[in-house]
Amino acid sequence: MVSIGKQLEKSKKGKTNSQVTSFYSAQKVFKRSIVLISLALLWEIAPRIGLVDRAFFPALTEVFGAWWEMITSGELWNHFSASITRSITGFILALTIAIPLGLLIGWYPLARDLLNPAFEVFRNTATLALLPVFMLLLGIGEISKVSIVFYACTFPILLNTIAAVKNVDPLLIKSARSMNVSSIKLFAKVILPASVPTMFTGIRMAGTGCILVLIAAEMIGAKEGLGYFITYAQYNFLIPEMYAGILTISALGLMVNFGLGKLEKRFSRWKPNPNE
Amino acid sequence: MSLTGKIRFEHVSKIFTIRDENSKKGKKEFTAVKDIDFVVNEGEFITLVGPSGCGKSTLLDLLGGLTKPTHGRILIDGKEITGPGLDRGTVFQQYALFPWKTAQGNIEFGLEAKGVVKKERKEQADYYLDLVGLKKFADRYPHELSGGMKQRVAIARSLAFNPDVLLMDEPFAALDAQTRETLQSELLRIWEKTGKTIIFITHGIDEAVYLGQRVVVLSPNPGSVKKIVEIPLKNRLEDADLHSTPEFVKARHEVWSLLHEPEFIGANI
Repeated sequence: MVSIGKQLEKSKKGKTNSQVTSFYSAQKVFKRSIVLISLALLWEIAPRIGLVDRAFFPALTEVFGAWWEMITSGELWNHFSASITRSITGFILALTIAIPLGLLIGWYPLARDLLNPAFEVFRNTATLALLPVFMLLLGIGEISKVSIVFYACTFPILLNTIAAVKNVDPLLIKSARSMNVSSIKLFAKVILPASVPTMFTGIRMAGTGCILVLIAAEMIGAKEGLGYFITYAQYNFLIPEMYAGILTISALGLMVNFGLGKLEKRFSRWKPNPNE
Repeated sequence: MSLTGKIRFEHVSKIFTIRDENSKKGKKEFTAVKDIDFVVNEGEFITLVGPSGCGKSTLLDLLGGLTKPTHGRILIDGKEITGPGLDRGTVFQQYALFPWKTAQGNIEFGLEAKGVVKKERKEQADYYLDLVGLKKFADRYPHELSGGMKQRVAIARSLAFNPDVLLMDEPFAALDAQTRETLQSELLRIWEKTGKTIIFITHGIDEAVYLGQRVVVLSPNPGSVKKIVEIPLKNRLEDADLHSTPEFVKARHEVWSLLHEPEFIGANI
C-alpha cells in the first residue's frame, strides 16, 4: 500500500516535473523571440499603414520577396561568395600570422616592451581611416580588400594573444617547472592551453571587425560583394533589394559569431560556464 | 636512521636584491633565510612552522630547485640540488591544477614529464586516484571539484611520478576545518603506506604537531631555525581524539611557547 502510494507520488512528481520544464523552455523561447517578432511585425505594418514612406521603407514581406528572387537568380550568391572569400582569406591570414607572433612576443618580455607601444598606436587608429591608404597603395582589387581585412583582424588577435601569454597563472608555470618539464613542453602543455580563452576573445573581436571593415571597403571601391551591392541598389533605387542586402550582412555576421562561439566552446570545455 | 640523512641543509642562506627608494642605487639586499642547517631523515615526516616572513616559501623553492641558495647547499642523498627534478614532488596551497585537464589528466601530467608510456600512465593515475578516494571523479575538471577534492588530486599528482620526497607548502590552509582534519589523517595514512619523506610547511601549530615527527620552529627577520622539537606521539591514526591527549597538549604548548618568545612580537603568526 505504502509502496504503491510512493510510486503514485513519484509518477505524479515526474509528470509535473516534465510539465514544468517544458513550460520553462517555452517561456525561454518566448522571452528570447518576442522582441524580434515585434520588430518584424512593426516593419511589416508600419509601411502598410503609412507610418513611414513605403518607397524608402518597404514592408518586410516585400523585402523577403526581393531576397528570394535574388537567391533564386544566383545574384545574391555572387556577391555573398565574393565577400565571404575576402573575409575568410584575410581572417585566416591574420590567424596564421598573429597567433604565432603573439605567442612569441608574449613569451619574451623584451619583445613585449619594445613592440607594445607601437601596437597600441596601430590599434587605436581606426582601421577605416586607413582605407584610403590601402587603396592608394594596393589599388581597388582583391589584394587591397583582403589586406584591410587582414589588418583589421590582426590587432585584436595579436594583442589578446600577447596578453593571454603574459597573464598565465604563474603558479601553473611554477607547478610545471617543479616537475622538471622542458621549456618547449612548458610552452606547449601549459602556456598554450592556458592562453586559449583570452585568445578567443581576440578572435571573436576580429570576426566581428572583419565584416565591418570589409563591407565599408566594398562600398567605396569594388565591383562585387555585399557592400558594393548595397550602394549599387541604393543608387539604382532598388530599395527592397538594398534591404535584402543589409539582412544578408546581418545573417553573415550572425553566422560568423555563431561559428566562432561554437569553436570557442569546443576549445574551452574545461571552463566553468557562468550562465549555468 | 642513517648518519648522512635524506636531505641535508648545509648553512643555507638566501639573499634577494630588492627595490629600495632610500638608497643611492635604488636597491638593497634582503636576507630571506640565514644559516639554515639541519638534516631530514629518510622516511621522516617533518613539519616547518613559523610566522609569515620567516622564509618558509623560500626554503621550499630552494628544495624544489626553483631558486639557488646564495650561500651553502642542500643535499638530497648526498647530491647537491641544482634544479627541479622528479625526485621531489610539490603540493601547493592553491592546488595549482591545470584547469584544462581532468583529474586524471592532471595526475598523468607528471608521468608524461617522466616519460611514462600512455597505457602505464593511465594505470598509475587510476591507482593514485583510488589512493586518494577519487576514483569516481577521474573525468571531472578542477572547477567541478571541491577544494578538498582538488587538493587530493594535487597530492595524487605529486605522488604519481613516485618522488622520494614530498614538499608541501601549506597545502590545507585554504580548506575548511572539517576537510582539513580529514585530509590530515589521510595524509598520515598515505605517508605510512608509501614511506615517503615529507617536508610540510604550515603556520598552524596544531597541524605541525599533529603531523610532524619533528617540528622545525622558524623565527623571522631573517628566517632561521629557532629550535627543532621532537614530537613523541605514537599511533596518531589510532587515537580518535589525539588533540586532547596530554602528550599532544604538552608538545603543542612547547611549540606555542617557542613561537611566542620576544623575537616574534609584532610578527604575524
